[in-house]
Amino acid sequence: MEGFTPVLSSIGGILIGLAAVALLLVNGRIAGISGITAGVLHPTQGNTLWRVVFLGGMLVGAMLIRWLHPEALAIRIDVSNAAVLLGGFLVGIGTRIGNGCTSGHGVCGVGRLAPRSMVASAVFFSVAVFTSWLIRHVTGGF
Amino acid sequence: MKYLAIFSSGLLFAVGLGVSGMTLPQKVIGFLDFSGENWDPSLGLVMITSAGVFMLLHRRVLRRPTPLFDTDFHVPTRNDIDGPLVFGSILFGIGWGMVGFCPGPTVTALVSGQTQVWIFFVAMVAGMYAEGSLAVSNRLLTQRGDTVDG
Repeated sequence: MEGFTPVLSSIGGILIGLAAVALLLVNGRIAGISGITAGVLHPTQGNTLWRVVFLGGMLVGAMLIRWLHPEALAIRIDVSNAAVLLGGFLVGIGTRIGNGCTSGHGVCGVGRLAPRSMVASAVFFSVAVFTSWLIRHVTGGF
Repeated sequence: MKYLAIFSSGLLFAVGLGVSGMTLPQKVIGFLDFSGENWDPSLGLVMITSAGVFMLLHRRVLRRPTPLFDTDFHVPTRNDIDGPLVFGSILFGIGWGMVGFCPGPTVTALVSGQTQVWIFFVAMVAGMYAEGSLAVSNRLLTQRGDTVDG
């Protein structure tokens, strides 16, 4: 899957959009993975089971991918374990402070033309481009 | 029936991420890194198609009086651009640009069993937990003080 994959990426994007529409239709929720995951960590009555079930569905979907399309899991990470640890923590705390990630703000929020989501997406995309450039071309690795 | 449908939606979401290639941080970085040798537009195409499908179809769903298995739609209604929205998105952007993982692909990639994916996931959950605990204690503090709007 290295290099531009226009057909697979379009099909995958359509499936992601359909899944988000399905969740909205079924129980009226926005498919924001950071919010769904974080909600499990601080459970509230009547608002937790659907999250666990959705994440369970994701894991089974991931197993299907591993079985039928294993090249999608040939993961290469080009930074140190310390950077992975720091990056993970920043993604976790940042998506909660900012109320969403690539799915909640990026897919659903931009799809709804919600001003908060469009601002958030513009910010995290440009910061990610800058950060990636900084550590891969300026400091020469992390 | 409700939970089977929610389960299927999660399953479809993860399959979509896998098919699109977004489970691969090297493809995400291949997009974010404009100055790289072989720029990969895939992530941009995934965002356009997924947000496009959601844009076209969510209006029809929201025209219904209720969702299929709930009494209300839980769609955010706020429109104010505040500090936390921008600050949180900056932190997220730094972490995403460093590694190339965001929450959905991270959850999906867990089945790869790769150590670095799990390190990222555990750290991400710790970050979410830290913010959630801060938010809960802030809420308790404000509730304890005599606030007018409660």
